[in-house]
Amino acid sequence: MSMFVAAAAAVLVSMLLALIRAVKGPTVYDRILALNTFGTLTVILIAVHGFLVGRPEFLDLALVYALINFIGTIAVTKYVGLKELDPGVDRHRGDI
Amino acid sequence: MEMILYILSWIAIITGSVFCVIGAMGLIRLPDVYCRMHAAGIIDTVGVGLIFLGLAFQAGWTLVLAKLAMILVFILFTSPTSCHALCRAAAYSGVHPMHGEQAPDGANVIDGEEDASLKT
Amino acid sequence: MVHTLALTAGLALLWLLLSGYFLTLILALGITSIVLVVWIAHRMDVVDHESHPIHMAAKGLIYFPWLMWEIVKANIDVALAIIKGKNAIAPKTMRVTASQRSDVGLVTYANSITLTPGTVTVYVDGDMFLVHALTKGSADGLETGDMDKRVTALEGYVEHGKEGVG
Repeated sequence: MSMFVAAAAAVLVSMLLALIRAVKGPTVYDRILALNTFGTLTVILIAVHGFLVGRPEFLDLALVYALINFIGTIAVTKYVGLKELDPGVDRHRGDI
Repeated sequence: MEMILYILSWIAIITGSVFCVIGAMGLIRLPDVYCRMHAAGIIDTVGVGLIFLGLAFQAGWTLVLAKLAMILVFILFTSPTSCHALCRAAAYSGVHPMHGEQAPDGANVIDGEEDASLKT
Repeated sequence: MVHTLALTAGLALLWLLLSGYFLTLILALGITSIVLVVWIAHRMDVVDHESHPIHMAAKGLIYFPWLMWEIVKANIDVALAIIKGKNAIAPKTMRVTASQRSDVGLVTYANSITLTPGTVTVYVDGDMFLVHALTKGSADGLETGDMDKRVTALEGYVEHGKEGVG
């Protein structure tokens, strides 16, 4: 039981550090990277919490969070990098 | 047998947690966005991998194990994709990698040619 | 045809693993969803050997454990560099030539490079990758070309059109 508490504490510390980078980050890409890492850590935290309270059904939530985290990162990156979600005819820049 | 699994899962979870904290420290300490991506890569591979391995030792041969494996495989397949997209977007919008004079022993040299290909 | 079967089997396995219930109603819902997804995938014409690289499956059993071991080694390297601080890192960008011939092979190689901490593929132009490396060790490790050879062996190139769609 206590190992789950230790893992959750470590993940929470890492989340705090990622948040500091998201607030400080000089460029917008630092912030997106920090948020992506934050999302991955959230997936771990949900899974560990499921084991901590003895309800592994939480893994379904972790799976959905992982899916949303990926799509969200790609969408925000595309929006910030290309200033629009559909790059249109500008073939030279390719697909991000 | 139970005892061995218990000890193994302790080791895996603690090692994974340590790697998570180290990766997050790297997110703070490394100098620019391209370097910080490597730190995020630590969390996405060994951090998630070892903690989920430890959880899998606790789960035994159940559906929970399959779900853990599914999440792990999904993260391992998507994390490089989002990392590459982020890197590429940063390069397009003109964020330059750290230059030679800031590197400790001059090991980092970006010549004009490579700079140009970043801006294509 | 073999790709459609692989897609159907994969979806069925996914449904059973995620639900874990064997009631008639839920199984019927599952079968409906699978048929719908396979039909839409057929209409979109994405069921081919590029989206379902099942020809890689056997060789992947050798490649992925090796990749995992590489990732563990690279992780220790990068973690030590983070702990030691600014003097231990030597960031640089470098060019890597890929010897794969199919898109799936190139994607596998680029993703393997990015998945290994210490190296990130920044830009892909044909078979030329622009890679950002964090430490000297990770840059040297990539320059030996070991990973490139292994991915080329994994890909097992098939001419387009030789394997029929679906």
